[in-house]
Amino acid sequence: MKGTAARTGKYVSLVVACLFALVPILVIVTSSLKTDSEFASTGPLTMPHRWTNFANYVTAFTDGHMLRGFVNTGVILLVSLAGTILIGTTAAYAIDRFDFRGKRLVLALFLVATLVPSVTTQVATFKVVDTLGLFDTRWSAIALFMGTDIISLYIFIQFMRSIPKDLDEAATIDGANHFTIYRKVILPLLKPAIATVVIVKGIAIYNEFYIPFLYMPSDRLGVISTSLFRFKGPFGAHWEVICAGVVIVLVPTLLLFLLLQRYIYNGFTAGAVK
Amino acid sequence: MTDVTDVARATTLDPAPPPPAHRRRHHHRGWLATPYLFVAAAVALLLLFTYVPVVNMFWYSLTDWDGLAKTKDFVGLDNYVEVFTRKDIFEVFFVSLYYFVASFVQIALALYFATLLSFSTRFRNFFKGVIFFPYLINGVAIGLIFLFFFQPGGTLDSVLHALHVGSAPYPLWLGDPDIANVSLAGVSVWRYLGLNFVLFLGAIQSIPGELYEAAELDGATRWHQFRWIIAPSIRPIIGLSVILAIAGSLSVFEIPFIMTSGANGTTTFVIKTVKLAFTFNKFGLASAMAVVLLLIVLLVTAIQRWVFPDEKGGRA
Repeated sequence: MKGTAARTGKYVSLVVACLFALVPILVIVTSSLKTDSEFASTGPLTMPHRWTNFANYVTAFTDGHMLRGFVNTGVILLVSLAGTILIGTTAAYAIDRFDFRGKRLVLALFLVATLVPSVTTQVATFKVVDTLGLFDTRWSAIALFMGTDIISLYIFIQFMRSIPKDLDEAATIDGANHFTIYRKVILPLLKPAIATVVIVKGIAIYNEFYIPFLYMPSDRLGVISTSLFRFKGPFGAHWEVICAGVVIVLVPTLLLFLLLQRYIYNGFTAGAVK
Repeated sequence: MTDVTDVARATTLDPAPPPPAHRRRHHHRGWLATPYLFVAAAVALLLLFTYVPVVNMFWYSLTDWDGLAKTKDFVGLDNYVEVFTRKDIFEVFFVSLYYFVASFVQIALALYFATLLSFSTRFRNFFKGVIFFPYLINGVAIGLIFLFFFQPGGTLDSVLHALHVGSAPYPLWLGDPDIANVSLAGVSVWRYLGLNFVLFLGAIQSIPGELYEAAELDGATRWHQFRWIIAPSIRPIIGLSVILAIAGSLSVFEIPFIMTSGANGTTTFVIKTVKLAFTFNKFGLASAMAVVLLLIVLLVTAIQRWVFPDEKGGRA
């Protein structure tokens, strides 16, 4: 008897949690399918009259310059990820496989930097980016995404520790130099760690708002986040178009999540605990 | 994650027996500059985008710089005095309290759902996915979703009306300064609950199953199992979450900035800093605020290292 009540309570609380998580999103989806006048005359919980009315999506995509946003986000994403992987794996290789003067200092610098929340230093970082002439270019975001990523480095170092050193030494005997060992032995074995970094950091870059907002104010440099943010102005009276824009931003995230669930859970567990 | 030794075995390189000693010594000496070449790019970027700004920030905070002029005057600790005495600056600290309280609600909920789903449950993966998914959503999208949710006649009002809870006119969830911070802190819980939940769930699932079986044989109830098996095993990850909650509630920015731009008493410390620096050109004062925030976060982290000394690294 008591068991049944407990089980009911369990499922009721899970269903309530799902409603809390999903209703705010589902209402956005249904609203995005309503026409201008339909939206004005019906409440948020009313279903759309026609489920195939995609006019708002066309408006959001063209007038809202979402395509430009996707292209800019895509370019920044690819370059920053490639850079992060290259810089992170080489640094992890040096730190894990070599003893060199100053190594402890380097490690300490990285460790202390994890404690500095980047949002606090933006006031001064802005001046650095400006001095380098990167302000209002895509390079500002790329440089910051590559240069402030310490979590990725830790994921690489941690993973590299589990790669047996015998492999490097065997390659040395075969006459390979350090660059060959890095490229032919270490890099291929780091693939799982690289996949983790690509997922965790890729999602973070796709979602980043503050850096592009602060450093790339030009319309033509709008990324996904800033393009959607700019919907607030011109479409302020057209919530049905804003809703369509939100759905357009959500769909890639949802697809990625459905396809890579297991890797995403593992990645965030590894990334968050450092 | 794939087992590394399997990957290693699968490669063409045959793990040879250890090389003779003199060869190994040669390998370790290598070419002196090599490690520096490998680590140079990472260190250069770290110095450029973390250490140079931090040092500059301390320097700016002692000046009256407007962020543009070529010269800046040294003003000593005046900016710090202003941070702690100007009411409109000091009171934004109190906005953090809403997020601070909310993060405990968030940790409690995450713990509850992680415990529930660690026992066998129908549609387990579905529930897990739905609770986690909000964490992956773009912050601007979340801001807009909840602007729609909280607006007069929006989702929340309609749901309350449909459930016959209260009656119109409903409060202005984002317009009433007494409620706005609670609404925004609620959005923050909605957004970040999933991460805490997945971290807790992972920690709980790494507890060996025999422990529960043994406990059940001894007649332990679910509550006993939670109290004596689950809670002690995940203590470190809870400790980490509490610290992240404190640091996080002090540096809240995105949600209130996107949703209310800090109107109606929802300005947080970081929003205030950003506005002073980039709208009012008070770079010196803004830097002082950033330094204060940085020192508080460092202090909190130091306390965490002191309270939970041995859990660095967790179960990553």
